[in-house]
Amino acid sequence: MTFFETKDVVKQYAGHTALNKVSITVPKGSIFGLLGPNGAGKTTLIRIINQITGPDSGEVLFNGKSLSPKDIQRIGYLPEERGLYKKMKVGDQAVYLARLKGMSQMEATKKLKVWFDKFDILQWWDKKVEELSKGMQQKIQFIVTILHEPELLIFDEPFSGFDPINTNLLKKEILSLRDKGATIIFSTHNMGSVEEICDHIALINKSEKILDGPVDKIKKRYRTNTYQVSYTGEFDKLDQILNTDFEIVNQEKGIEYNTLNIKLHNGSNSNDLLGQLLPYLNIVSFNEIIPSMNDIFIRVVKESKNF
Amino acid sequence: MNKIFIIIQREYLSRVKKRSFLILTFLTPVLIAGIYAFMIWMIMKDDTEKRTIAVINNSELVEPVKSENFTTFKYLHNTNFEDAKKRMNENGYYALLVIPEDILKSQTAELFSYKQVTIEVKSDVGGQIRDHIEKIKRSKIITESNMPDLEQKLAATRTPISMRTIKFGEGGEVKESSTEIAMAIGFISSFIIYMFIFLYGVQVMRGVIEEKSNRIVEVIISSVKPFQLMMGKIIGVAMVGLTQFIMWVVLSGIIITIGTAMILPGVDLDTLQQAKTISELPQGAGSLNPEQFKMAQELLGTFDLPYVAGILGAFIFFFLGGYLLYSALFAAVGSAVDNETETQQFMLPITIPLILAMYIGFAVAKNPEGSLAFWGSIIPLTSPIVMLVRIPYGVPIWELLLSMVTLIGTFLLVTWIAAKIYRIGILMYGKKVSYKEIWKWLRYHN
Repeated sequence: MTFFETKDVVKQYAGHTALNKVSITVPKGSIFGLLGPNGAGKTTLIRIINQITGPDSGEVLFNGKSLSPKDIQRIGYLPEERGLYKKMKVGDQAVYLARLKGMSQMEATKKLKVWFDKFDILQWWDKKVEELSKGMQQKIQFIVTILHEPELLIFDEPFSGFDPINTNLLKKEILSLRDKGATIIFSTHNMGSVEEICDHIALINKSEKILDGPVDKIKKRYRTNTYQVSYTGEFDKLDQILNTDFEIVNQEKGIEYNTLNIKLHNGSNSNDLLGQLLPYLNIVSFNEIIPSMNDIFIRVVKESKNF
Repeated sequence: MNKIFIIIQREYLSRVKKRSFLILTFLTPVLIAGIYAFMIWMIMKDDTEKRTIAVINNSELVEPVKSENFTTFKYLHNTNFEDAKKRMNENGYYALLVIPEDILKSQTAELFSYKQVTIEVKSDVGGQIRDHIEKIKRSKIITESNMPDLEQKLAATRTPISMRTIKFGEGGEVKESSTEIAMAIGFISSFIIYMFIFLYGVQVMRGVIEEKSNRIVEVIISSVKPFQLMMGKIIGVAMVGLTQFIMWVVLSGIIITIGTAMILPGVDLDTLQQAKTISELPQGAGSLNPEQFKMAQELLGTFDLPYVAGILGAFIFFFLGGYLLYSALFAAVGSAVDNETETQQFMLPITIPLILAMYIGFAVAKNPEGSLAFWGSIIPLTSPIVMLVRIPYGVPIWELLLSMVTLIGTFLLVTWIAAKIYRIGILMYGKKVSYKEIWKWLRYHN
């Protein structure tokens, strides 16, 4: 079921097109990766979703209805450029930001205490923000973003500035929010985290969407029918064993075992390959090489440049 | 709409709670009162230093200076100047007065000292010699003219004239007024407006730059509209300004009341106002001389209730109008830059009309009816200051209304333009912005 959708969204700034007919479909309860190089238009799209700016043309649908100002309370946004008032106390500031999202002072205070306790930062409540490290500030920003239990969450580069331990803590929280029913849009350059947590993606380059869909399907689409074999035994003359359906892409000699990358042609399958190899080699492992999102990202962006 | 109140509340409280605000608010009236008290004390304080001044009298005058209270004159006979000079220190003489032979002609005497003599000693010695000579001359004339009562007759011809200035009101009724007081009120109130626009306008600008450089602005405008954030800040800061102003008025009032009670015990302002002459005042007000009495009465006469209420109303209106107009511009400037050093190029169009308004105000105080006064008090960039200079003199009601309507209209227009610049500007980082760039922003939609 689709929870959030843009249809042919166009946004222009004097003489420069930031978004050109961008349509994305975010399924309910998914973690949706919004990817693209710097300056592609991701931030503009996110700002349109947050109603910071409006589209010149096109539709933005929130839960099936045209996006309206009151939907702001149902959206949580952690921008890439994020900060806090330095001179303000942590607790006061968090309550203030929660109240701007429509929560009452009491409700905000109560919920914040629970979250602060969970993140083990309750002792910072009366400290000034300027006394905290950047990583600590990021935790507070994260809590403030999700405190009003929004149905749609937008994270722009959420892990920048976090150490690996806190990154994991955050990932866990994001996944548990998804499990509780929130829909999450996740904008990043960090392809590693995309693979770990996103189930859908859209790739934007030069103001246009160039690729989208579920992560597993995209990966399948971009696989090259190449398999990797780790083995011991015969190293040379392998090309003489294999027939023309199989092309050796790469071969490496290792200390314990050798590896072999083989591309399949003419509709042959992995069983055919194994059948041909088994009599000669002692196979340690055998698996398909699935392209990483990083490879796909680079490949698609490069291809789109050639147009 | 509720959200703008949350913003106003934060902007207000975060400033009012600052130590610098409290210090400025409480200390300023105390400081001003303190300076006044010090000045009065300095003037009132009697000089109690005992001094001896040596005198070499070469003229025919007989004891032209006489010892009094704390100053003793010691006439040196048969001593020449050089000896007297040498003996000054060992005899503890404060100064050496030399009266020349031809004092009547030259009208000059000399006072020698090692330290600079005080102004009181100088005028006291000079005055004694003058009085002495005048007395001799006068008695000579009286003898020559054979009129023993000449002095009394001349004294009777002295006629001081006091000018009462009375103004016709709108309905033809007469009102006592004081030009000096009108001028003072005009200047003070317009200067307060000028100062507050600058002080608090810059605070708005700093607030905007702070939010931008802290990178909190994008978090906030995903919850509220940029316009709400901008207006919340402007209104919040305005309330800080008003709070400070009201505190100053109240504190000054308290200090003045206490001060009056100490200087004029037993006299309240009503008694002072109703008394026709100084003799009607109760005992204890005796320290008031007739001139002070007249001034106090004039002051109280000027401050009748409708007049004061009118000025106060106009003050608050133009204070807020001018502040809102300029602070919207300050907010726009703050949004366009990344830090305070970059504000220079955009500040000029804001500061020039403000400073100009102050100069026009000076000219208008001399001629509150001229065309400079008229246009200065209608054009909204200068009207908050210039109109306040004019109001105490009385301004035709239609001019006042025209000025107010123009100010409100311009405020709305400027705020609309500023909001457009603001909403684009706050999200622009690391870009050197020019006027051309801002012009481009104005043409963006949404």
